[in-house]
Amino acid sequence: MKSVSIDSDIVRAEESSGRRGLRGSLARLASRLLLSDYFVFYLTVAYFILLLPFLPTLSNPANLSNILSNTWPLLVVAIGQTFVLTIAGIDLSQGSVVGLSSTVGGILIATAATDTVLGNAPVWGLLIGEGGGALAGLPGSIYLGIAAMLMIGILIGSINGAAIAYLKMPPFMVTLVSMIVFSALAIYLTQSENVSNLPDGFVALGKGDIVSVYLGAKETANIPRRQIYSLVTYPMVIAIVTALAAHVLLSFTVFGRYVYAVGRNRDAAEISGVPVKRVIMLVFVISAVCATIGSILYSARLEAGRPTLGEGNFLLDVIGATVIGGTSLFGGKGKIIWTFFGVLFFVLLSNSLNLMNLSSFHIDMVKGAVILAAALLDVARTRLMQGRLA
Amino acid sequence: MSAILEIDRIEKSFFGIHALKPVTFNVERGAVIGLIGENGAGKSTLMNIIGGVVSPSGGSMRFKGEPYSPRSAADAARAGIAFIHQELNLFGNLSVGENIFVDGYPKRYGLIDRAAITRRTREILGILSLDISPGTPVGTLSPGERQLVEIAKALHLDAELVIFDEPTTSLTPRETARLFEAIDLLRSQGKTIIYISHILADVARLSDTILVLRDGTLVATRQADRISIPDMISLMIGRNLEALFPSRLSVPGEEIVFRIRGISKAGILENVSLEVRRGEILGLFGLMGSGRTELARMIFGLDRVSRGEIEVDGQPIDLSSSVRSRIRSGLAFVTENRRSEGLFMEAPIADNVSIVSLGRYASGPLKLLDEERVSEVASRICQDLRIKAADADRQPVKSLSGGNQQKVVIGKWLLSSPKLLILDEPTRGVDVGAKYEIYSLVDRVAAEGNGILFISSEIEELMGMCDRIAVMSQGEITATFAKPFTDEAILKAAFREQAA
Repeated sequence: MKSVSIDSDIVRAEESSGRRGLRGSLARLASRLLLSDYFVFYLTVAYFILLLPFLPTLSNPANLSNILSNTWPLLVVAIGQTFVLTIAGIDLSQGSVVGLSSTVGGILIATAATDTVLGNAPVWGLLIGEGGGALAGLPGSIYLGIAAMLMIGILIGSINGAAIAYLKMPPFMVTLVSMIVFSALAIYLTQSENVSNLPDGFVALGKGDIVSVYLGAKETANIPRRQIYSLVTYPMVIAIVTALAAHVLLSFTVFGRYVYAVGRNRDAAEISGVPVKRVIMLVFVISAVCATIGSILYSARLEAGRPTLGEGNFLLDVIGATVIGGTSLFGGKGKIIWTFFGVLFFVLLSNSLNLMNLSSFHIDMVKGAVILAAALLDVARTRLMQGRLA
Repeated sequence: MSAILEIDRIEKSFFGIHALKPVTFNVERGAVIGLIGENGAGKSTLMNIIGGVVSPSGGSMRFKGEPYSPRSAADAARAGIAFIHQELNLFGNLSVGENIFVDGYPKRYGLIDRAAITRRTREILGILSLDISPGTPVGTLSPGERQLVEIAKALHLDAELVIFDEPTTSLTPRETARLFEAIDLLRSQGKTIIYISHILADVARLSDTILVLRDGTLVATRQADRISIPDMISLMIGRNLEALFPSRLSVPGEEIVFRIRGISKAGILENVSLEVRRGEILGLFGLMGSGRTELARMIFGLDRVSRGEIEVDGQPIDLSSSVRSRIRSGLAFVTENRRSEGLFMEAPIADNVSIVSLGRYASGPLKLLDEERVSEVASRICQDLRIKAADADRQPVKSLSGGNQQKVVIGKWLLSSPKLLILDEPTRGVDVGAKYEIYSLVDRVAAEGNGILFISSEIEELMGMCDRIAVMSQGEITATFAKPFTDEAILKAAFREQAA
C-alpha cells in the first residue's frame, strides 16, 4: 500500500542525508548540539572561556557575583514573557508593571519621606507623608506592601488578558497601550521622583545574603576589610523557586499543554475543547505577576520605589533574553530552561561588553546583533528539525 | 497537428517521496485534454509544474517548440499559459477590469489609464457574453461569474494554453453550462485546454483525449470517445468500484442518540431538523454554500444559533454553551480543514491525540500529567488505528501522510468517547487505500453504538457508507433518502432551486 512505501522512503531519505565518515559524525554532532535544550548554555560557557584570556576580570569573584545578581530579577520577568510568547503573544507592558508596582510599593511601605522630594506628588499627604507610607509601622507592612504590588500586577495582567482573549484585540496593541498608560501613571504618582527609605526587611529581599564566600582579608591601605561575596541570596532563591514552579506548570500540567496548544494553532485548540480564552487570560496574568516579582527584587536592590524602573532598554533585555534562549516569537515553542540559559547568556554578554569599556551605544548595537543572530539561529534550528523528521 | 506542449519525463518528489513519477506526454495544439485521477494522484503537482508554481525534480518541457522551464507563475503567464485554479486567484476588493489587468496596468502620462482598462474589459466581456460592468467589484460576483472573469483574464493575456483545475465545484448547473460555452469558444479560437475534474461526465463531454493519473504515474492516454466512465473509474483507482467501501458492521438501532430541531440562523440556516440513531451513519450532502459546514459548526458551538434545539442522548444542550462543555456532552467534530483546525502540525502525535482528553491523565489540584500514560495511550491509538509512525512521542504529525494525519484527528476524538461523531469531508486529500481504512474506522465507531453525521460532497462516498442521506440546499434540508440511493435523486434535491 502507498503509505507503507512512504515510510520506507522516509527511512531512505534519512539514510542518504546522513553523511559517512568523520565529516558525517561532525555534522551529526553539530546538529545534535543545535537541537539540544542546553545549546545556549554551551554557547554561554564557550563565550566565557573564549573571552577569559582577553578579559581576566570576567572571572573575578566580584564580577561573577555581580553577573549572578543581575541574572535573577531578569530571569523572573523573562519567565512571564516566555509564557506569553509561547501562546504567540507578546507582552510589552511588563516594564510598566515593574515601574508602577515599584512606585506604589515604595509609597506604601517607605518609613520616611521628605517634602522637598515628594511634596509635589499627588499622593503626598494621602498615601505618604513625613512619617512614611500608609502602611509604615503596621505589623507585617512589608507583606501588605508586597500583596498590594502583586494586586497591581494581577490587575494589569487581567486587563491585558481580557482585552486580548474576550475582545479579541491584538496583544501587541493592548500591551503597548498598557505600557504607555501605566508607565505614565507611575511617573505621575511621584512626579518622577524615587521613593527611598524602604524598610530593611524589604531591602533584604534584594540583596540579603544567605550564603557568602569569604576570600580572606582584603589588602587595602589603612582600612581593614574582608573580601566577602554573596553567593546564595534571597533573589536567587526567589528566582529559582519561581522558575521551578513555572517549569512544572509549563511542562507537566494540563494547563501547560493548553498553553502550547493555543500557541501552535488557536483554531485547532478551540475545536479540541481547550478553554482558549481562559488560557490567554491566565497567561497574561502570569506575565504581569512575574513582572511584579521582578519589580520587588529590583526595588529592594535599589532600596527605592522607582517609577522609571522598567523604562529604557528593559523590554529589550527581557524579550531579547527570552528569544535568545530559543522561545519562538511565532508561538508554540518555549521552555523555562531555555529562558534561564538565554538570560544567563544575555547578562554575561552585557557584563562582558561593560568590562570592555564600550559606550552604551556600542553595547546596544552588539546586543541587537546578538538578538538578530538568535532569531536566525531559530530559523536554522527549525529547518534542521524539519529535515530530520519530515 | 503539432504539439504545443511536450512533457518529457517530468517528475517531482517532496522529502524523498514521489508525488509524481516520471511522466511523458504531448499536448496537441488546439486539443482539449481531460486529466483525471484520485486525490493525491499527482494531477495538481503536474499542473503546478506546468503553471510554474512548483519546479520539477527532474525531466524537461517544451512549449511551442522552445525549451520551457518556468521559475514562477508569472513566467508561465508570459509564455502564454493561463492556470485557472480551484481556488480562484482574484482580488475581491478590486473591480473586474482591475483584476483582468492586474499583471500590468496600461499607463498614460505615468498614471493608470482607467479608460483603456474599461474599454478593453468591455470588449473581452463581450466575447464571453458576460453582462457585467467592468467597474463591478469582483467580491460581489457569483462563483460562476468569477470563473468567467478568470477566463477573461486568460483571454486578455492571449494565453494559448488554458488549464482549468476543478472549475465547476462551486458552480450551479446553469453557470456550468455557461462555463462550457466559454470553453467551446476558447476551443474555436484555437486555444489548447487542459481540463481537470472529478466530474467524469463533464470530462468525457469536453475532452478530445483523456489522461489518467494514479499514484503519480500516467496509467492511460485514451481518445475520449473510446473510454467509458466505468473504465475511467477503474483506471483511476486501479480496482473495481465495489471494493471501495468496507461492508458495514454496524446496524442502526432504535434509540435516537442525537437530535436537532428547527435550527435557524438568519441568512444561513432555515429550520433544520435531523435525527441520528445509535449505530447509524447519517450522510449529509450539499453543494458548497448549502450550509452543511455551517450546520456542523453550530452544532459544535463554534458559531451561534438564533433558534432551535440540540439534544445528545436525550439531554438538551444549552445553545450558548462552550465547545468544551459540548465535548463533555458527547459531541466530536472532525473538521474539513485538517491542517488549520484539526491538528497541531508541528507537534508530536502524542500531543495531538491526547489534547481533547488530557484531564483524564492528570491528577491533583495542579492537574499534573501522567506522561507515561499519555504516551501509552498515544502508542495504543497508533497501533489500533494503524497510524504508520515511528515514534508517537516525538514524530510531528506534519511528517505523516494525509491519510495518517486524518487518523490522528479521528483518534483524538475516539479518546474522548463521543456519542455523536461529526465528520466533515473526512477523506479529502486522502489516498484510496487510506480512504478505505477511514471508512472502516467510521463503521467501527458506529458499531460501538455511537451516531455518525457524515458530511461530504462526494456522493459515491455517502452512498457507499451511509444508512440514510439528508440533502441540504441553501440552508434547508430538502430531502432525506433511505437505501437504495440513486445519485440522480440526491443531486436533484441538492439543486432544488434550479430544478424548480
